Amino acid sequence: MRTGKDLELVTLTKRYGVTTAVDSINYVFQNGTYVCLLGPSGCGKSTTLRMIAGHESVSDGSILLDGFDISHLPPAKRGTAMMFQSYALFPHLNVRDNVAFSLRMKGVDKAERNKAAGEMLELVHMTDFADRLPAQLSGGQQQRVALARALVTKPRVLLLDEPLSALDPFLRIKVRAELKRIQRELGITFLHVTHGQDEALALADEIVVMNNAVIEQAGPAREVWNTPKTEFVARFMGGHNVISLEGAKVALRADEVLLGEAGLPATVTSVEYQGAHVAMTSMTDHGEEVLALVPEEQFFLSPKNPGDAVRLAWDEGRLHRLQA
Amino acid sequence: MLKNRHIQGWLQASPLTLILIGFLILPIITIVVVSFWQATEFSIIPAFSLENYQFLFGSPVTYKVFFATFKYALITWAMTLAIGFTVAYYLAFHIRSQTMQIALFLLCTIPFWTSNIIRMISWIPFLGRNGIANSALQSWGIIDQPLEWLLYSDFSVILAFVHLYTLFMVVPIFNTMTRIDHSLIEAARDNGASGFQTLIHVIFPLTKPGIMIGTIFVLTLVMGDFITVRFMSGSQKANVGRLISNDIALLQYPSAAATAVILLITVLIVIGILLRFVDIRKEL
Repeated sequence: MRTGKDLELVTLTKRYGVTTAVDSINYVFQNGTYVCLLGPSGCGKSTTLRMIAGHESVSDGSILLDGFDISHLPPAKRGTAMMFQSYALFPHLNVRDNVAFSLRMKGVDKAERNKAAGEMLELVHMTDFADRLPAQLSGGQQQRVALARALVTKPRVLLLDEPLSALDPFLRIKVRAELKRIQRELGITFLHVTHGQDEALALADEIVVMNNAVIEQAGPAREVWNTPKTEFVARFMGGHNVISLEGAKVALRADEVLLGEAGLPATVTSVEYQGAHVAMTSMTDHGEEVLALVPEEQFFLSPKNPGDAVRLAWDEGRLHRLQA
Repeated sequence: MLKNRHIQGWLQASPLTLILIGFLILPIITIVVVSFWQATEFSIIPAFSLENYQFLFGSPVTYKVFFATFKYALITWAMTLAIGFTVAYYLAFHIRSQTMQIALFLLCTIPFWTSNIIRMISWIPFLGRNGIANSALQSWGIIDQPLEWLLYSDFSVILAFVHLYTLFMVVPIFNTMTRIDHSLIEAARDNGASGFQTLIHVIFPLTKPGIMIGTIFVLTLVMGDFITVRFMSGSQKANVGRLISNDIALLQYPSAAATAVILLITVLIVIGILLRFVDIRKEL
């Protein structure tokens, strides 16, 4: 639902010399949503984020926030705040001063800015570490401080540039729950750049998949995952097989592949036990690989081995035609 | 085994230890010992005496000369810092390509391909009474009379110091600056800092160790110098280095040694105070 407070990209373009990093993209980020910009490296997602933040100039088009064109404003005047991939905490300032930095730049007096910093540190559960230097914190703690520092400016939109990539897998899952909680509490728009589809699915209300400088597909997380529009999206989101049928490409979810008496003939190439599922890869006669995630109980009723001939089937209506 | 490792450690440290003992500790001990000897116009008497120090601290010349030395050091430091910081800042933050950075950096070192003395002396025809500077200013009609203070003055001494030693400030500051993560500059901008605020609140504090190393270089070089002061002041100005060199010329080694000891202590105290302020260990 448009509220008029949304962040809108209008034919936003970034060119470096002859290469186009972002090619005339249009999108409306609705106010208060958690949006993930997803894509492989070099697809233009980071450039898009940096243009919105104001750290990269706009070659063409505009960025509107709250109905105002912010494309040429300095970063701090846009109503956005950025959380950097490496956190970019000032190493010579303690946690409190890092968080209060933007207020100090504005000339807010010490008592007031320390109070505001204290509130933000409370939000990210870092109150006890206020007097430490960034070097004395763990990665996850630094990340929270970076978040507090970005939020202290009371941004309308928070921009996160691969915020979880520097964390170990265990911490990543913990922190992403934290991000989601804070976004809900504040009710502002979070724009999160990532190349991990699991991260995007876990966090996002809305996913924007980018590839080759353009938006391939955008929409609610479930919609993007269940009904990929293109072969690229189907493959990138994972969990889908892309097969050619009657001269057109179609997508089929791996967990909806059935092993039956009739259907597409294929040869099993590998079998992997994954606990709840068995991942069975097979090769069709056209040389296309198909992954089937079969519930383990069902699989072991009639186990298959590499080299066996199988027939792949699916329920009516489970195929999605992909755009060429 | 433990004992063995102990010996191994000492063995590994011994080459450097021997070099330091032979070329640093022993000479200093010698100087300290000699500074307590007596001397007449004709002979040096190896007997313990405090007369060198008594004379040194009793003479008003000593205080004047030490004051002049500090004055040169302080002014040179301030100017090399201002120039060095600016040059390093420009190189580190305004030159985007690394090749260009290295090329310009090497350009800064070109003057070092000639000796200090030559670089000093080449100022003389420029600054002299009928030198290039004076004749140019006169022909432009800016002055009627040649400026007397251009050469053989405090001005020319400090000019030469700044010329000779600015690079010692540029190098460590540039080195520290290139280690500053550029995302910090972006983060500062994102937090609403102006270019000047970023300089004051982010770049300057993070460059302090480099500034400190440059400061130590410049201060020790200027405070220990005697040749620049002699040439550029036409032997009209004095600093502690010249005091020592004059004593040596008169074969008054004990007196020279005593002055050297006091100078060494002074410089060490200054550096000690500086190190209280900034931790340079990260940079080494």
